[in-house]
Amino acid sequence: MNSKPKPGKPLDLVQIQTKLEQSPEKRVWRGLQELAQTPEYRDFAECEFPHDPRADSQGVSRRNALKLMGASAALAGLTACTKMPTEKIVPYAQQQPEDFIPGKPLFYATAMPLAGYATGLLVESHMGRPTKIEGNPSHPASLGSANAITQASVLTLYDPDRAQVVVYNGRIGDWSRFLTFMDTTRAEILATKGAGLRILTGMVTSPSLADQIHTVLAMYPQAKWYQYEPLNRDNVREGAKLAFGEYVNPVYHLDQAEVIVSLDADFLTAGPGAVRYSRDFADKRRVSSPDSKMNRLYVVESTPTVTGAMADHRLPMCARDVYSFALALSNALAGTTVPIQVKAPTDWIPALVRDLTNHRGASLVVAGEQQPPYVHALAHGMNAVLGNVGRTVHYTDPVEANPVNAVESLKALVGEMRAGQVETLLIMGVNPVYNTPADLNFRDNLLKVRTRIHLGLYEDETAVQCNWHIPEAHYLESWGDAQAYDGTTTILQPLIAPLYNGKSAHEILAILAGNAGATSHDIVRAYWQGQKKGQDFEQFWQTSLNDGVVADSALPPKTVKFVSVPATSDLGTTGGGKMEIVFRPDPFVGDGSFSNNGWLQELPKPLTKLTWDNAALISPLSARELGVTNGDVVKINVNDARVAPVEAPIWITPGHADDSMTLHLGYGRRRAGHVGTGLGFNAYLLTTTDGLCIRRATVEKTGKTYELVATQHHHIMGKEGEDREEETVAALQRNLIRAATIDEYSKDPETFHEREEEQGPSLYNWNSYRGNAWGMAIDMNSCIGCGACMVACQSENNIAVVGKEQVRRGREMHWIRVDSYFEGGLENPAVYNQPVPCMHCENAPCEYVCPVGATVHSPEGLNEMVYNRCVGTRYCSNNCPYKVRRFNFELWSDWTTESLKPLRNPDVTVRSRGVMEKCTYCIQRINRVKIAAEKEDREIQDGEIVPACQQTCPAQAIVFGNINDPNSRVAKLKAQTRNYSLLADLNTKPRTTYLGKLRNPNPEIKE
Amino acid sequence: MGADGIQNTPGMGDSGPVLAPGHTIATVTDKISSIVLTQKTRWGWWFGLAISFTFFMVLNMAIGALLLVGVGLWGINIPIAWGFAIVNFVWWIGIGHAGTLISAFLLLMRQAWRQSINRFAEAMTLFAVSCAGLFPLLHLGRPWLFFWLLPYPDTMGTWPQFRSPLVWDVFAVSTYATISLLFWFVGLIPDLATLRDRAKGWLSRRIYGFLAMGWRGSAMHWHRYEMAYLLLAGLATPLVVSVHTVVSFDFTVGIVPGWHSTIFPPYFVAGAIYSGFAMVLTLAIPLRKFYGLEDFVTIRHLDNMAKILLATGLIVAYGYMMETFMAFYSGNAYDRYMIMNRMTGPYAVVYWILIGCNIVVPMCTLWFAKIRRNVAALFVISLVIQTGMWLERFVIVVTSLHRDFMPSSWGMYYPTIWDWAAFLGSMGLFLTLFLLFIRYLPMISIFEMRGLAHELEEKQG
Repeated sequence: MNSKPKPGKPLDLVQIQTKLEQSPEKRVWRGLQELAQTPEYRDFAECEFPHDPRADSQGVSRRNALKLMGASAALAGLTACTKMPTEKIVPYAQQQPEDFIPGKPLFYATAMPLAGYATGLLVESHMGRPTKIEGNPSHPASLGSANAITQASVLTLYDPDRAQVVVYNGRIGDWSRFLTFMDTTRAEILATKGAGLRILTGMVTSPSLADQIHTVLAMYPQAKWYQYEPLNRDNVREGAKLAFGEYVNPVYHLDQAEVIVSLDADFLTAGPGAVRYSRDFADKRRVSSPDSKMNRLYVVESTPTVTGAMADHRLPMCARDVYSFALALSNALAGTTVPIQVKAPTDWIPALVRDLTNHRGASLVVAGEQQPPYVHALAHGMNAVLGNVGRTVHYTDPVEANPVNAVESLKALVGEMRAGQVETLLIMGVNPVYNTPADLNFRDNLLKVRTRIHLGLYEDETAVQCNWHIPEAHYLESWGDAQAYDGTTTILQPLIAPLYNGKSAHEILAILAGNAGATSHDIVRAYWQGQKKGQDFEQFWQTSLNDGVVADSALPPKTVKFVSVPATSDLGTTGGGKMEIVFRPDPFVGDGSFSNNGWLQELPKPLTKLTWDNAALISPLSARELGVTNGDVVKINVNDARVAPVEAPIWITPGHADDSMTLHLGYGRRRAGHVGTGLGFNAYLLTTTDGLCIRRATVEKTGKTYELVATQHHHIMGKEGEDREEETVAALQRNLIRAATIDEYSKDPETFHEREEEQGPSLYNWNSYRGNAWGMAIDMNSCIGCGACMVACQSENNIAVVGKEQVRRGREMHWIRVDSYFEGGLENPAVYNQPVPCMHCENAPCEYVCPVGATVHSPEGLNEMVYNRCVGTRYCSNNCPYKVRRFNFELWSDWTTESLKPLRNPDVTVRSRGVMEKCTYCIQRINRVKIAAEKEDREIQDGEIVPACQQTCPAQAIVFGNINDPNSRVAKLKAQTRNYSLLADLNTKPRTTYLGKLRNPNPEIKE
Repeated sequence: MGADGIQNTPGMGDSGPVLAPGHTIATVTDKISSIVLTQKTRWGWWFGLAISFTFFMVLNMAIGALLLVGVGLWGINIPIAWGFAIVNFVWWIGIGHAGTLISAFLLLMRQAWRQSINRFAEAMTLFAVSCAGLFPLLHLGRPWLFFWLLPYPDTMGTWPQFRSPLVWDVFAVSTYATISLLFWFVGLIPDLATLRDRAKGWLSRRIYGFLAMGWRGSAMHWHRYEMAYLLLAGLATPLVVSVHTVVSFDFTVGIVPGWHSTIFPPYFVAGAIYSGFAMVLTLAIPLRKFYGLEDFVTIRHLDNMAKILLATGLIVAYGYMMETFMAFYSGNAYDRYMIMNRMTGPYAVVYWILIGCNIVVPMCTLWFAKIRRNVAALFVISLVIQTGMWLERFVIVVTSLHRDFMPSSWGMYYPTIWDWAAFLGSMGLFLTLFLLFIRYLPMISIFEMRGLAHELEEKQG
C-alpha cells in the first residue's frame, strides 16, 4: 500500500505566492502543497487514504485484500465491543420471549430506506449482533419478504471498508474537532442567514428528518435544500403531474389485476413497491387445480427483465418506441383512430384493447421508471379510461416529504456552485461525484465550494473531494423513520451501537440547528412525541417499534382528476447515432451504493447470470451487425461534446430489442472499497441531465476484449447464444422444465407428465419414512427468478464469496441457484427460471460413493453433510446429477477479518478448505423447531419450519414441510398434477419437486 | 509349451532368439553386473538424472503449493471435480500392469522370453504405482486425512463407507503396491547376492549384503525361493485383472453418462496392459541401446511385445466401438448426448486424437512384421499409444463430467500450470527412480538369464 507520498522537492514559497496572486478567483486552499500543485501533491492527494483501494487492487486479489483488511479492522479495535444500542429497543414479539436467552436469536423490526423508500424488516440478532435480515410480515411493502439488496445490507454493516474515522482534509480528524469547526461555521452562516449554506440529501421520506431540515431552513432563511437520487423517479413524478397536474404517488394493486400491460416496466424488481408487487402478482398466478384461473401479463420492453420473463406475451421494442405504442394503445382504447406507426405486430393492439376492455376495473397499465413522463401520463390515462383507478391502482399524496424533480434540483445546486454562491455544502448519504450526469461536472463545481462536508458510509468519490468526511451510521446502527411505497411509516430502531462511531443525518442536522449532542433517538422520539400529542405516547412508541409499522400510517387514497395529455415528439431521447442506449440500475448493485458488497457482486444477475461486472447488453442481431460477440469491447459515443466516449464489453442477451443497448449503472467505482473498486465501467459518464434514461449513441468495435463471467452458460463464450440454445434443447428433452398453457392444462391435467417414462418395479421398500419426512415444492409458475433466495441462503448459511476469478473457474458457492433457460428463437425467447437447491434424494447418488461416509441420510429423509468427516474426494459432486454440491477448493471463508465474524450465523459451521457443502434445507431451523416442539411435547405445526429461501421468496414460490402429513401445504402442492421431479428417470427420488410452469396466452395473438 | 518358450532359433514365424547366441553363464553375469559395479557412470545417465530430478523437484514444488493453498490450484471445478489427478492416477496404475503381467502372468505361462525384461518391467510397475498412489492422496481436499479411508479402530467408532469404490481402490492399490514390491524384491535376492559377492567397495558390499538377506545359493535356498516366487506370482496374477477392474469401478459405479457402463472393467484392463507394454517398450528400447543389451533384449522381445500391443489395442478398439454402439442401442438420451458431445463437442479434438493414437496409428502399423521389428518405429508407436491412453482417461474423466445431466451446470475444464506441474513432475519422479534403479540394481535378472543361457547351452548340446 503506497500510502506515503513520494518524497518530493521542497516547496518553493515564492512560487506559491505568485500562484496565489495570479489566481483569478479567491481560492480556498487545503495546504501549501495544494497551491503549489506539485506532482508530489497530486500523488499525495490521490493516495490520501490510508488504504487506497486503487493502489493494491491491481496486484492483490480482492479476496486477499479483504483478508489484509482484517489487520486494519483489528487495529480499529471494534470486535470485542459490539454492543446493543444504549436506548431501549423492542423485539418483534410475535412468538418469542422479550428477553435474551443466550444462544437463541431475537428478532427486531426496523426498516431499510432505499432511495428514501422503506422496506419493513425483521432483523435476526444473536446476542446483540444482527446476523440476518428478513422481511417484516406486518409491513405492506414486505409481507415477510425481502429482496436481494435489502438482505445483503447486513454485510455492508460489517464491511471492513466502511468509513471508520472522521477525515479532515485527507487526514484523520476527530469528532470534537468537527464540532468546534461547526461552531465557528454556524456563526458565519447565522450571520449571512444561511446565504451560502446548501444541503444535499437523497430523497427524504423520513418525517422527522424532513422536520429537522425545515427547522434548519427556518433558522437560516437563505439556505436551500436539494434532493437528488441517481436512479430517481422523476419520470414517475412528472408523468403524474402531466396526467393530474400535481405530484401524486401511484400505488398498484396487482392482486386485483387480471390483465396487466407493462410499458417497459420491471415492476417485479424495480421501484419501491416491487417486493409487494411480486407477491400480489404471484398470488394471481397461483394455480391449485386445472380449473384455476390466472392473470395475464403483456410486456413491451427493450431490456429483458424479470418482469418480461414472466410475461404471457412479450414484445421486444426499443425503449424510444414504447411511447408510440402507448399512444396507439391509448387512442385505440379511447376509440379514436388516429393512425400511428407502431413497431408491433398488427394483432397486438386490437387484442390488447379487447382484453383490457373485457377486464374493466381489473386491468392495469404500468409504465417503466426510465420511460419519459408522457408514457406514464398515457398509462394513467388508460387506467382512468379502464376504470382501474380505485381498484387496481390508487393515488396518494407523494411519499417524499418534499417531492422535487431530482435532476432539476441537482441542476439548480450545480448552477449555484458554479456561480460561487455556495459557501458551505452539506452532502448527506449521497455520492454525487460518482453518480451524477456527466454534463454537470459535479466534481469540479464542488471544488468551488469553500466548505464541503460529507456524511457517508464509505470514504467514496465524494468524500475525498470534501474537507470533512463524517462516517455515517448504518441504518442498522441508528434511529430514524422512513415511509414505504404507500406511505406506511416505520420507526427505525438500531440493532447495534455504531461500530465506527458513525453519525446519522439527524445528528448532523442537530448540530446545524444548534443542538449539538442530540442523539438520533432523542430527535426521532421527540418528533413523534410532537405528532402523537394526547395519546399514550409510550404505548404508541412501544407498539410501533414492536410491529415495525406505525399503525394506520399508509397514505389515504386521493381523488385525482385526469387531464388530457398532449401528444409529444419529445421521447426523452437525445443525441445522434443508430443505437439506442437505455440506462438502468444494476439489478443488485443498484446505483452503485452496494458496489462493495460481495454477496451482491457475486449474485448472478437475473437472465444474464453475469457476476462482478456490468456489460453492454444487446440483441443477437445487433451483435451480428456490429460484428461483436460476448466480451468484445465497444466504444460508446453519445455524440455530445460534454461527454467522453466510454468503452464497455458486450454481452449478447436473447430477447433484447434490436438497435438498443442496455447499460447498467452502478459500476466503474473508483473508491468503493476493496471489493467494488474498479469493477465494470461507469455508465453514468454517458448520462447527461437531458439524457438520463434513454439516449442515442454511436457504437463501434474496438478490437479489445474483456472477460465477463457468468455462472451459467460459461462453458462456451462468444457463440451468440448457441450454447444457450443447446442447453435449453437438452433441458426440454430431459423434462427439466415443463410448461403448458393454462388451457392445455385444464384440458389435460396430466399434460406435465406426458413424456415421462414408466417407473419400473423396485426391489426396495421406499415407504420407510415414518414421522417427519421433509420435502420441498417449488412452483415454477410463481418463481420470478429475482435471486432473493440466493442471498437469503448465503446469509443464513455463512456461504463464502469467492470472487470473479473463481466464478470464472466455475467455483461459485451458492447452495441454491436460479437456472435460466431460453426457449424459442434468440429474438424473443420464452424464459424459464428454475431455483435449484439440493434435491435431498431419497435414493441419493452422492451418498453411496463417499468413501468416509461424510454425506449420509437422516431418518427424516435429509441428505446430510458432515463437514468434519469430509476429506474432499469430490466424488459426491461428480455423482450428483443436479450438481448442487459446492466445494471449498481453497479457503474461501474469511477466517481472519474481525469485522466479518459477528456477521456469521452461529448456528451454522463456517466451512474450511477442502470440504464439500450444499443445501441442508436449513437444518438448523428444522432442529430449532424440533427441539422446541419436543420440549413442549407437541407435534411440529405445518409452516413452523421455514427455510431461508422460502422465508424471503417475494413470490412465495418455495414451500417446505412434512410430506408425510397430507394436510401440509407442501404435500398438497406435491399432490397437484403439475408436480414433477427433476431427472425422475434416474430413480433418485428427489424430495424437492417442481410445479410446472403455466402461461396464459391470448389466443388472439399469434406468435 | 515350455519348450516353445525357450525356443531360441529362428523359424516357424518366430522373429529371432530370446538370447543372442554365444552367451554363457559367465558372460551374462559379467555383462549385467558390470553396469552396476564396474562400468563408469555414463554422462548420459547423469544427464537423464539431472532432467528427471529437476522434474521431480517440480513435483515437490507442486505438492508443496498444493498443501499450502489447496486443490483450487488445479483447473477442477463444479461440475468437473476430477481432473488431471485422476487421469494421471488411472494412467500410471495402468502402466504398472504390464510389469505384473510380464513377471507374474508370463511366469505362470512359462514364457521364457519374459526373463530378460521382467526385472525392469517390475521396477517400472513399482515406480508407476508410486506415482499413481500420489495422485489420489493429493487430490483430496484435505490430504492429511487420507487415513480416514482405512479401516482402523478409532475412538469415535467411525469406519470407511464400504459401498464407495474409492475404499475398494484403497485396498486394490495398496495390495497391488505391496505385492509388486515383494515380488520385485524377492526376485532381486539372488542377484543382490551376486552383487554382494562381486562388489569391491566396503559400503556396497554391506548394503548389497544386507539386502541379499544371507543368500548363499544353496539348493534349499533355491527350492524355497522358487516356491515363494511361484506363490507370489500366483498372488500377483489376479491383480493384473483385479486392480484395474476396481479402478474402473470408480467410474462405473457412478451414474455419470460416460462412466456408468458395464464394459469398463475388461476394457480398462486391456487398456492398462496396452499402455503398460507401450511403456515397457519406451523404456526397453533406449536401455538396450545405451547399455548394449541388444543380446538380451532382442528383436524377438520387441516383436512379442508389439504383438501384445496389437491384441490389447484391438480389445480397446472394441471397447470404444461398444461404448458408442451401446449409447445408441440403449436408447438412453444421456448416453447418446454424451457420445455425440465427445465426438463433436468442445473436447472433440481430444477424442479424435485419442482415436488416432490408440487405434489408427497402432492398427496401421503393428500388423506388419517389418514395423514390429523396426526399433525406431516401435519407440515412436509406444509413445503414441501412451499419449493415446492418457487422453483416453482424460476423455473419460473430463468430457463425461463436463456435460452431464443438468444443462445449467455444464462447464469447462482448463488445466492450470499446477496440473501440468504435478503431471510432468510425476514423470520426473518415475524417471528418477528408474534411473537410480538401473544404476544401482541389475536391470535384467542375472540369475534367470543364467538359467536361460544354461538351458540353451544344454539344448544346443
